[in-house]
Amino acid sequence: MNAIEASGLTKAFGDFLAVDRIGFTVGEGEIFGFLGANGAGKTTAMRMLCGLLKPTAGSGTVAGYDIARQSEKVKANVGYMSQKFSLYEDLMVWENIRLYAGIYGVPERSIRPKTDELLARLGFEGERNTFVKALPLGWKQKLAFSVAVVHDPKIVFLDEPTGGVDPATRRQFWELIYQAADRGITVFATTHYMDEAEYCDRVSIMVDGRIEALDSPKALKEAYGARTMDEVFHRLARGAVRGGE
Amino acid sequence: MRQFLAFIKKEFYHISRDRWTVIILLVMPIVMLVLFGYAITTEVRNTVVGVYDPSRDGDTRGIVDKLMASPYFKEARYLSSPDEIEDAFKGGGLGLVLVFSERFAENMARTGEAEILIVADGSDPNTARTLVSYATNIMASYAADEAASVPYRIVPQIKLLYNPQMRGAYNFVPGVMGMILILICAMMTSISIAREKEKGTMEVLLVSPMRPILILLAKVVPFFAISLVNLATILLLSVFLLKVPIAGSLFWLIVVSLEYIFLALALGLLISTVANTQAAALLISGMAFMMPIVLLSGMMFPVENMPLFLRIISGAIPARWYILAVRKIMIEGLGFPSIARELAILGGMTLLVLAAGLKNFKIRLE
Repeated sequence: MNAIEASGLTKAFGDFLAVDRIGFTVGEGEIFGFLGANGAGKTTAMRMLCGLLKPTAGSGTVAGYDIARQSEKVKANVGYMSQKFSLYEDLMVWENIRLYAGIYGVPERSIRPKTDELLARLGFEGERNTFVKALPLGWKQKLAFSVAVVHDPKIVFLDEPTGGVDPATRRQFWELIYQAADRGITVFATTHYMDEAEYCDRVSIMVDGRIEALDSPKALKEAYGARTMDEVFHRLARGAVRGGE
Repeated sequence: MRQFLAFIKKEFYHISRDRWTVIILLVMPIVMLVLFGYAITTEVRNTVVGVYDPSRDGDTRGIVDKLMASPYFKEARYLSSPDEIEDAFKGGGLGLVLVFSERFAENMARTGEAEILIVADGSDPNTARTLVSYATNIMASYAADEAASVPYRIVPQIKLLYNPQMRGAYNFVPGVMGMILILICAMMTSISIAREKEKGTMEVLLVSPMRPILILLAKVVPFFAISLVNLATILLLSVFLLKVPIAGSLFWLIVVSLEYIFLALALGLLISTVANTQAAALLISGMAFMMPIVLLSGMMFPVENMPLFLRIISGAIPARWYILAVRKIMIEGLGFPSIARELAILGGMTLLVLAAGLKNFKIRLE
């Protein structure tokens, strides 16, 4: 069974086709990079998959559940990390973990061991009682990711998870993503950092609401005769009608 | 249920860890009540009174003495001719001028009627009206005292109902209640929901298995609890500090207050479906609630004195009906039948606002 399937998925806002008949599949345990320039429709597509938006046309399944009709089931099986930093700054580190574990339905008795395990994996044992607002941005993002997978979802959606952090911290962040993938969690991430695209098993590139290319980074570079993903991306995005935001 | 409780706990953390929120929620109601009760009041004290008295007899002197004995007036300045009145006002310092007719006591004794002209400074109508009513009240009581010794004298009686001392606090307590409860329920609720949207946490919550309606309910619960605390504080302060009695039924006072709190919470939810940032929520609740409440609800200015157009707008302001009901129960001591209309109007508004809010909320999730 595929973790994510989409076919002819479309979202229109009035006359504007934000997402135009996209179709793809993501296998279980795969790290899938969902690339595109600002305004290409990445976030809209992702929101449909998470059950935040209803598709105008087309269909899709996430963890085997229909995104339009079984959004409650979908929600119970996914984790989500939004573009904006999504922990509560006025709560302590452990309070955030506790809260999200509760919201995502982690059984009461496993919350404490899970919290310990999570803090140990991040090396944050000493920050248990620190207010989140006092952490550096890179730490916050690592914590936010760990919290998004605290309930061991089948799939985790990451919307521009590494915005604004330096390359070194981004690499550490991707270490966490690999660890999650090793535990069998499928990762679906949007990004516009092309160095990150290289870390993915497969990537799709969206231009003006449509998926223009989809393959492994290696295959894409060969197909476009490019040395880096950056070149591939620019060659495809050059034809974009929609500019930035 | 466990999720729900954890979420409510989190809301209490948000509130208790932000110094300004705590101040707004717990200290401001007290400050407002005390301010309105003592400092900002329509009571006028220590006014200097100009007197033109061609009679200079026992009655005129008695009236002036009685005026000076009250805390509202402190000094009588005698004028030598009526022409000086205008200059005396312009010179400042005078709040009121009394002009007695000639042979005042003689007329009073013979016909039971004597004339006093009360001149007040109309450029400040509220103060003028207050001073005039103080003065007429005191004169009426002087006349009443005199009447006891001489039978058959007809005395014009002016009696102020419900608030014989014209105490400002009587008017302000219901107004402050109407304002505080809206402020805490509607404004703070909408800001707290808007904050989740602004910071991006709302999106994560909406992707979680937690049902959206529970997220909203959990937001509302703490503010509901806090407004109950405030209601109790305001009532205790007004009874024991400002000496405003609760003349009517405490039960109905609480019922109408609870209804108003529900309405305010529903308004907060409605605003939060429109406002995506804290600033927007603050602006909307400020413009839509605070200003109209202060200006149009009858808290400061009587609704009866407004032009028709403003009276109609005032009818759409929940606080107007709440303040009216609280006045009826607290000050006038009336019972349920007299506030049935207000209860019905507030109830109708609550249903309307709740329906609009829930409808909007669904659209946003589509």
